[in-house]
Amino acid sequence: MSEPLFSKKNLKLLSDPLNDSNPITVQVLGICSALAVTAQLKPSLVMAVSVMAVMGFANVIISLLRNTVPNRIRIIVQLVVIASLVILVDQVLKAYVYDVSKQLSVFVGLIITNCIIMGRLEAFALGNRPWPSFLDGIGNAAGYGVILIIVGFARELFGSGSVFGLQIIPDSWYIANGGFYENNGMMILPPMALITVGIIIWVQRSKNRKLIED
Amino acid sequence: MDRNSNTYTFIYAAVMVILVAAILASAAMALRPRQDKNVEIEKMQNILASVNIESTFETAGDIYADKIRNQYVIDSKGEIVEGEDAFEIDLKREKAKSPEDRLLPVFECETESGLKYIFPMRGAGLWGPIWGFVSLNDDMSTIYGANFDHQSETPGLGAEISTQWFQDEFKGKQIFDQSGNLISVTVTKAGQDAPKDHSVDGISGGTITSKGLEQMMLEDFNSYKEFLMKKKS
Repeated sequence: MSEPLFSKKNLKLLSDPLNDSNPITVQVLGICSALAVTAQLKPSLVMAVSVMAVMGFANVIISLLRNTVPNRIRIIVQLVVIASLVILVDQVLKAYVYDVSKQLSVFVGLIITNCIIMGRLEAFALGNRPWPSFLDGIGNAAGYGVILIIVGFARELFGSGSVFGLQIIPDSWYIANGGFYENNGMMILPPMALITVGIIIWVQRSKNRKLIED
Repeated sequence: MDRNSNTYTFIYAAVMVILVAAILASAAMALRPRQDKNVEIEKMQNILASVNIESTFETAGDIYADKIRNQYVIDSKGEIVEGEDAFEIDLKREKAKSPEDRLLPVFECETESGLKYIFPMRGAGLWGPIWGFVSLNDDMSTIYGANFDHQSETPGLGAEISTQWFQDEFKGKQIFDQSGNLISVTVTKAGQDAPKDHSVDGISGGTITSKGLEQMMLEDFNSYKEFLMKKKS
């Protein structure tokens, strides 16, 4: 291999999805899970890490298989790879972080349907070598995860007054204790996640001129 | 070999499926003991929660061993059945049997305010099973605490049965009325006329789950009826 492992081109695979081609805010993929699991920071983080694990491995596996996969069943092969990885992740979560796996319940299974993963397999891993595919997978999962974590942070802070389950807003601030503050119950509900994502898109586009369409 | 020939495609698919199946099966078997342990600890936490004792994942085992003094299995006549482990009884299987043949687990917990009896329950919600533990004071009528959980009720609606505010409503309610009839606790809507000692506020938008819960409590307290009467007198 003549190219260094972290050449400019490869690093771009990692950094691009964080901003210019972010799967959530630019390509608007994977929204469903981004709305569903982000009521608190902890499940958001676990979801981000799970998707990263699935995506990194799925991209590498498909990339390794890319010269053997029969063209007519390639989508099925991709699905089988993703689905088995997801089941593995689910089993590991159930064994080691049971409470989180209960909270994520059905959403772990829904990683399978996360269109970012299928999209990257079809668009990138099928035509590239394993290492760039791995970086592409990690990069896109990171781009997805960053948004999840920002949204999860905002929703938990304003919705429950805590971060990672630790109370941040002092107890004495609450109206119930004679203060002036009340948690915003709306933040707990999925619609506010959509609005939060909308705000992120707004901020991102006003900062990044490249994304503004005429 | 031609990658687009039928033979290649078939062989490819077959090999892939067998490989994947082998990997997944071995992973599931390797992780099984840990997962079972987690389920067990969760059950202990739920039982403790029904007598208003909070426990974490790490402490549940110790607190359970300390607080739950006695556990036994009874039959529908209220007689103790020897040789059964109350903790291991699978309610789903028991509820499939006819009422006379059911094995009914009872847990006893010593608290600061006296001996409490904990009864497991299982019923149907809207989308799937719901279950829980309800504890009674030693008058065998006053509810001391309750803990409910569900498999797939709608978040924000039916799933609210597993929240603290809903479970707290049950504290202090009576399952026997003044003349000694077992009427359990009903879940009512605002404005509905119901005796205060025997009803709790329902969940807006969670009516079917609430009704399922009501049904579950009535049915399951009924199967313990002989036992309750015996202890009452």
